[in-house]
Amino acid sequence: MTNHWIDIKNADCMMIIGSNAAENHPISFKWVTKAMQERGAKLIVVDPHQNRTSAKADIYARLRSGTDITFIGGMINYVLEDMRKYPENYNTEYVSQYTNAAYIVKAQVLPGDNNGLFSGWNADTKKYDKTAWDYNGGTAPSAESKLLTTNWGGWFSRASDDPDTAWGELNANCVLRLLHEHYKRYDLVTVSNITGVPQEKLIEVYQEYAKTGAKNKAGTIMYAMGATQHTYGSQNIRGYSILQSLLGNMGIAGGGINALRGTSNVQGSTDMALLSNYIPGYIGVPNDSDTELGTKNSSGVWTRDSGYLKRITPVAIVKPSGIAGSSANWKQHFPKYVVSMLKAWWRDVDPAVSFHYMPKIKASGQNYTHIGLIESIGSGTIKGLMVWGQNPAAGGPTSLGARNALGKLEWMVCADIWKNETAEFWMRPGVTPADINTEVILLPAAASYEKEGSITNSGRMAQWRYAASNPPGEAKPDLEILDEVIKAVKALYQADSSSVFPDPIVNLTWEYSSPVTADEVAQEINGKALAAFSSSGRAYAAGELIDNFTHLQADGKSSCGNWIFSNQYSKASSAELDNFTELLTEVAGVMAINRLRKRGTTDSSAVGLYSNWAWTWPLNRRIIYNRASIDLNGNSWDPNRTILTWDAANKKWLGDVVDGYGSYGPINLETNTTDSTTGATTIKKILPFIMNSDGMSHLWGGSTMNDGPLPEHYEPWETPFSANPIGHGTLNDPTAYRIGGGGFTINDVDQNPKGTVDQYPYVGTTYRCTEHWQTGIMTRNLPWLNELQPNMYVEIGEDLAAEIGIQAGDRVEVSSARGSLHAIAVVTKRFAAMQVNGRTLHHVGVLIHWGYSGLSTGDSGNILTPSVGDANTTIPEFKTFLCNVRKA
Amino acid sequence: MTEKAILFDATKCMGCRGCQVACKEWNDLKGVKTANRGTIENPPDLSADTWLKMKFIETGDAQDMRWLFGRRSCMHCTESACVNVCPTKALYHHELGFVAYDQAKCSGCGYCVDACPFDIPRTSGSLVGIKHATKCILCHDRITSGNIPACVKSCPSGALKFGDRSEMLAEGKARINDIQSKYPYATLYGENELGGLHVMYVLQDSPSVYHLPENPKVPVSITVWKDIVHPIGWTLAGLAVLGLGFNYVIARRKIQVKKEGH
Repeated sequence: MTNHWIDIKNADCMMIIGSNAAENHPISFKWVTKAMQERGAKLIVVDPHQNRTSAKADIYARLRSGTDITFIGGMINYVLEDMRKYPENYNTEYVSQYTNAAYIVKAQVLPGDNNGLFSGWNADTKKYDKTAWDYNGGTAPSAESKLLTTNWGGWFSRASDDPDTAWGELNANCVLRLLHEHYKRYDLVTVSNITGVPQEKLIEVYQEYAKTGAKNKAGTIMYAMGATQHTYGSQNIRGYSILQSLLGNMGIAGGGINALRGTSNVQGSTDMALLSNYIPGYIGVPNDSDTELGTKNSSGVWTRDSGYLKRITPVAIVKPSGIAGSSANWKQHFPKYVVSMLKAWWRDVDPAVSFHYMPKIKASGQNYTHIGLIESIGSGTIKGLMVWGQNPAAGGPTSLGARNALGKLEWMVCADIWKNETAEFWMRPGVTPADINTEVILLPAAASYEKEGSITNSGRMAQWRYAASNPPGEAKPDLEILDEVIKAVKALYQADSSSVFPDPIVNLTWEYSSPVTADEVAQEINGKALAAFSSSGRAYAAGELIDNFTHLQADGKSSCGNWIFSNQYSKASSAELDNFTELLTEVAGVMAINRLRKRGTTDSSAVGLYSNWAWTWPLNRRIIYNRASIDLNGNSWDPNRTILTWDAANKKWLGDVVDGYGSYGPINLETNTTDSTTGATTIKKILPFIMNSDGMSHLWGGSTMNDGPLPEHYEPWETPFSANPIGHGTLNDPTAYRIGGGGFTINDVDQNPKGTVDQYPYVGTTYRCTEHWQTGIMTRNLPWLNELQPNMYVEIGEDLAAEIGIQAGDRVEVSSARGSLHAIAVVTKRFAAMQVNGRTLHHVGVLIHWGYSGLSTGDSGNILTPSVGDANTTIPEFKTFLCNVRKA
Repeated sequence: MTEKAILFDATKCMGCRGCQVACKEWNDLKGVKTANRGTIENPPDLSADTWLKMKFIETGDAQDMRWLFGRRSCMHCTESACVNVCPTKALYHHELGFVAYDQAKCSGCGYCVDACPFDIPRTSGSLVGIKHATKCILCHDRITSGNIPACVKSCPSGALKFGDRSEMLAEGKARINDIQSKYPYATLYGENELGGLHVMYVLQDSPSVYHLPENPKVPVSITVWKDIVHPIGWTLAGLAVLGLGFNYVIARRKIQVKKEGH
């Protein structure tokens, strides 16, 4: 979440799209309900499936699964035209000064004129040359000055009311014009035809949500896996970003793009890089093109002048004339974070050497995400597997193929609180255990209530949890299991002088107490001074905790496990010394505080920041990009929603923790300075989106995505249609993972065949209910919850049920090209036939909670789902596939 | 003492059923073995092990449907049929207003089951004999020690509130006032019904849509029982035998009658 849970109460309109918040994040509805009751906020729900969230909606739009880009593209088109005609109803200053609307990019061909492809397509490699999407002028672009006038000159004093003429007044390659050029194809007729949403409903939603473009209104978008689990899922989210940026909803209270994370602490696990493309703190992972860390200068400081550090550290984009602020380009600090992380992992090794201790992925040709791993297990490349709180036999796509793949392993270690389908795959129904040679070891893990540590929620808030009871039997907290495993592996390598490349393991800094405590790990993640040094006037003694990541060093004098968490555990402020005495710990002679333990319930803000409750990364900032909540002079766009106030006398910000360089005030009150001797410029006029190298929110995505600078409608891998209904020749996202099929073959059998609409006429979509969690391991063993949802079921609309002769409660067989399952039919008004592109389309809702292990058993919904993935993240396309249903 | 009440605001309920589970957890009620019968509403009925059950109601047609969430549990009436009919005074009015229950005094006659205009109490029992009646006791132990009922404690969206009845009533009325433009048939249920209920509902439609009686009454036969037969009855030892006979008949009937077909 760019914002946080409590902040939902500040919204005037909440659009929940691709999320079933009421069922899967029930506590969010405390704040949704509050906004509705106290502010009269409107709730819009967009989903194929009417659920307990839509039950509360003011407006519900039934969307064909997988057509979010079209739905949102239509809204962008609506907003752009409305904004052109009535700029005074929108925050045009925000759009001009805080987004790249006015920037000029290289000459483009857009998909509407290029058979569905963007510029830069290479038909041989089936990849884009993404530099084709850069700004014209590279790091020194220019801007369309007409868009930098107040209210866009009333769109140039109404030079023309004809849209084509009016838009033609802008530079042909300026972002706003390209945006319009691209999305004008998404008119109401087209959008309704593709999405199945009636035109009147589209207008109703668009009008209501567009109201949040006013300076004194805020709209929030809440999304979850309904948005992401598509072959173009990342572009769905890009669509939301564009919309929110156009409406001035980013960085403000009650706004933002709010990802409701799918499981508890999944935010924390991605922060800590349980993703194959990052190291901790969202820094790009080293790959086999990185032959060296970087350049160490004469002062011993690592710089981005070469190697890996050069590749991952962006150069600032110089602001065009007419843009008031400048780019702080926060990622320029990445070398400090990387070197400090290497020192946390291998304290006594020169980073030049320890950089090569890090595993390096192949720059291309190998996928390391879930689908890629299962493929590699199936092909015999991966021979051993540790499965920790995971259940790929039921939770990943294509369950039957995944289970077959596990049988290729030599060994597998599962750590879980109960036996799950993965731990028991060798004794699953239909197989003979003697035929499976995989050695399976189950480690009993402690449940969340039986271990201490931190957990990071969707709002980036890390909260400390205490153990309420001891784990049963031999079960241990994960941290202790990991500690024992690492110590044992280390001892094996130390004992065997002939082992291959033992250095990374033998030299690993692993000096925890016995048993290891989460508290000392939290200190390590925060970072420490390894030697005495001084930073911005703060003198550190060796061993002291680092105040925050702005003090990290690129010369090896500091360590830090994850820069975004730096400040979670450091020197207590005077207010903390007074108010949190019970939480103070002396570290290296300094009173420090583990801020994740804080439980202060006071709030001096008008918008519910509650800054003394736990701690939020980065730097306890509750709303990120918050400099976008104020105008160039530092005034909140909406005085009733103030989150930042500049105290000019004391040169500091009051309210939330400001983004980037807190001593620098509003853009118009600062001047960038240049050092007369070194010539180095200090940027003080900070543009709000500090993590982008141009400081701007991106209407135009540039080279950030693999599949285009703007979201375009493509069909899911399995679609009812043989041609893209938007009217060009590119049916699917051309860069999506395995979009051409293949790749998942075991013993010469394709595990992931593709179905066709003649055999599988209905659109299947998977989801969860509130009573169970994920593959059910934590819930299907609880009688109280099994009582509520006892059996695997699918949901079918009354019209489809009547058509194929199914009654509520019937046992049905649902099949896809990957397999079939049995379930109880819940026949409901909550699904209904849709008219899409000349076809009557039915959805079938498939629950994902069941499997053959545990107290309540049933078939896994993921038997049906395909192993194809998003073009940028490879998240599987769980949400849209073709299926058939018949009475069992 | 000030009378207490629960206010259930159906417009804020999103049907998560945390309350249903919390009730079981606090009151040590076991999970019932159920089966999906083509609806996600389960268990099928209130029982000795289920004192609170949420109802899912789909109304309208598929293109314009509404999914409503209703609640079934003891309404804690002021004019309580169950208290009137209870021969052993196991059911009684607590000074906080709710209908309390002393299981030790319960003879298991089951009269309360038949008398309740909301069809709430259930008896735990078997074919050979009834043990005792069961129903929500408003977490008697919690609310008399300064806590709120378990169901209210668990509610994430604020649909359940607990407090002084006068405050709950005022809040319910204010809420109806706020939502009437959106829901023209919005109703505050429980202000005056049966002398005033201690569980009041803010409904976004008329009570019948939520399968609630529009005008609940204590059956006349029960008034007669309480005012005439009851005072005389316990002077006659023979009636005890008769009571046991009733007991058996009612037990049989309860088992045979399929409750709650909808």
